[in-house]
Amino acid sequence: MTLDRRAFLAALSAMGAGAFAPAAFAQSGAKPSGDPIRIGGTLAMTGPLAATGLVHKLTGEIYVDNLNSRGGLLGRPVEWVLKDDQSKPDMARTLYEQLITSDKVDLLIGPYATGNILSAMGVAQRYKKMLVHHTFGIPKLAKYEWQFPAWSLGPDPDITTPELVLDMMAKSQHPPKRIAIVTSKFPSVHFVSQGARKVVKQKGLEEVLFLEWDFGNRDYSPIAGRIKEVDPDFLWVGGLGLEGNQLLDALKKIDYKPRNHFHLYPAPGPMVKAPEADGALAITIFESHAPFTDNPIAAEFVKQFGERAKAANLPETSVETQAAASFSAWQIIEKAVVENKTLDDEKLATWLQANQVDTIQGRLRFNEKGNFGDNLGRVKQVQNGHWLTVYPKDWAAPGATLKTS
Amino acid sequence: MNLPSSTLLAQSILAGVFTGALYGLLGLGLSLSWGLLRQINLAHFALAFLGAYLTYQLSSYGGIDPMLTLVMIVPLFFVLGVAVHWVLARFKVTPFNSLLITFGLTIIVEAMLQWIWTADYRRLDSHYAEQRFRIGELFLPLPEIITLALSVGCALIVWLVLKRTDLGKALRAASEDAPIAAAFGINQRGLALVLSGFNASLAGVAGVCIALSYTLAPSQIYVWIGVVFAAVMLGGLGRPFGPLIAGCIIGVSEAVTMAVASPSLAPLVSFSLLILVLLVRPGRA
Repeated sequence: MTLDRRAFLAALSAMGAGAFAPAAFAQSGAKPSGDPIRIGGTLAMTGPLAATGLVHKLTGEIYVDNLNSRGGLLGRPVEWVLKDDQSKPDMARTLYEQLITSDKVDLLIGPYATGNILSAMGVAQRYKKMLVHHTFGIPKLAKYEWQFPAWSLGPDPDITTPELVLDMMAKSQHPPKRIAIVTSKFPSVHFVSQGARKVVKQKGLEEVLFLEWDFGNRDYSPIAGRIKEVDPDFLWVGGLGLEGNQLLDALKKIDYKPRNHFHLYPAPGPMVKAPEADGALAITIFESHAPFTDNPIAAEFVKQFGERAKAANLPETSVETQAAASFSAWQIIEKAVVENKTLDDEKLATWLQANQVDTIQGRLRFNEKGNFGDNLGRVKQVQNGHWLTVYPKDWAAPGATLKTS
Repeated sequence: MNLPSSTLLAQSILAGVFTGALYGLLGLGLSLSWGLLRQINLAHFALAFLGAYLTYQLSSYGGIDPMLTLVMIVPLFFVLGVAVHWVLARFKVTPFNSLLITFGLTIIVEAMLQWIWTADYRRLDSHYAEQRFRIGELFLPLPEIITLALSVGCALIVWLVLKRTDLGKALRAASEDAPIAAAFGINQRGLALVLSGFNASLAGVAGVCIALSYTLAPSQIYVWIGVVFAAVMLGGLGRPFGPLIAGCIIGVSEAVTMAVASPSLAPLVSFSLLILVLLVRPGRA
């Protein structure tokens, strides 16, 4: 089930969204007092995942600063105890043990990236702590009952993501018939690409090429050559980070522009800036434009994130999936604590399993497989140097329509 | 396994040669350091990326043509290389310890790159990236041609120096038997400093090539280590054309594998080749 825009805004109003108007988001409330509520977590502040780790760090800092200016949690100030897991799952495991046993934090928040989240989940389960996390890419591995994902992929993204994309293309001016699927073997993209193969077959489309490469591949020229040879109507790129850019670069060098191309989890900044990426499609849960920013909380977060990202010298300063999922994770924790007036992990987890939380990406529920709920994925496209949501139509950026060829 | 068309095969071979040229350029300094100075300088890769980031900064913000940045980077890195070697020589670091110390230097340089440029991706937008030549159905991108030209040029310069100059003879003599070379009046310490400076300059040149063709991130330093070491060992230590030829063999074998079979098999092929050669000719390295 997906959430349509009108239902989302109606829900927000019903929840008293006026109380979270832009002024209120940053407004000074009663000064929190007493011992701080300590929320512990790690992020990749160094290592290969550090670029995205920094996005989560900025988001967390914004949220905690604003939370404390609104009176904190349960009248107490909130302190974020943040450690650097160096992009390593084994380090994340050790640091979460430390946060629980040595730092004795009250609550946990998850790290970035699937491998690190999985490590943290094991520790949280051992100590019976609730774990709210951001972008966990393999729902079927999320077996701990008290973990809660803030990334609204749905429980079966390997089916729902390709279905969303191919359904969109089927309704477009150029419905594709010949599909090429090329993918990295990075775990959280590979299984979705394998799902795409199944969906292509179910829809009676022709798979004209399937290629896999190891994550960290340096040379995309032969892959580009093979794509050019089959010349598909639609190119599915199961790429993570820069892989999509590297492939498009290799395609450009042999003078080939794919007609329609979708990239699963691209690095949004480099992809939007590359001239050869014009028309590239990707999945998203949030973009820094209306109607997402019709939500006043989202609008204020977008503004503050832009300011802090610029000050931190980040080349990309807009809010998209990672920052939105991170912000949603904090919203989930705050909502659970405020509704239950407790820091007891069992009570918070039980409440979350039975209730829903309104976040800047939409209403999240946690009662399906892996505690995932609705798939709130939308499709965005690079158009004239900007990421614009194009599907479903009621979430499209003002004036934006899907462009195909 | 699908048989590729002749165009695809030819383009893949060409791509392999271009990639191999960069392996060769990265490997040349490492090979000279390992073969002639008996130092395994892992920091060579960090220096290459420092060169890449400096190229990015000077071009993107200083408005300097990327190729002209060589005028600044080559002498600067020469000085850096001399400084690093001076420290290693001062403390009489053994070959094994040089591996550990230069690994530590790599971590320091990576942290510095991240501190200055953040961990986020950086891409040099230059007019070179837009230019490519065409021979029939084959495309030759300009950045890759520049890399190949610089790689061949540097290997040729090193070969000429080692074979045709007194400096080269002195270096080879010092590498074979340092005490006897010293007895003949060869200033082995001075030569080692010059060679280290030169190797660091080669890293800087490789960095310019990396900046022209690849997107930069500090963590990318480690992506090159395995394959360049393979090129250096296959090509033979201290041999000017060794890393280039071996790099091209590795690059072409990877590219052809990717063209005819699953691309994920490419690393298997290149490293299997290395193992096979080392088994057949164990004295190679």
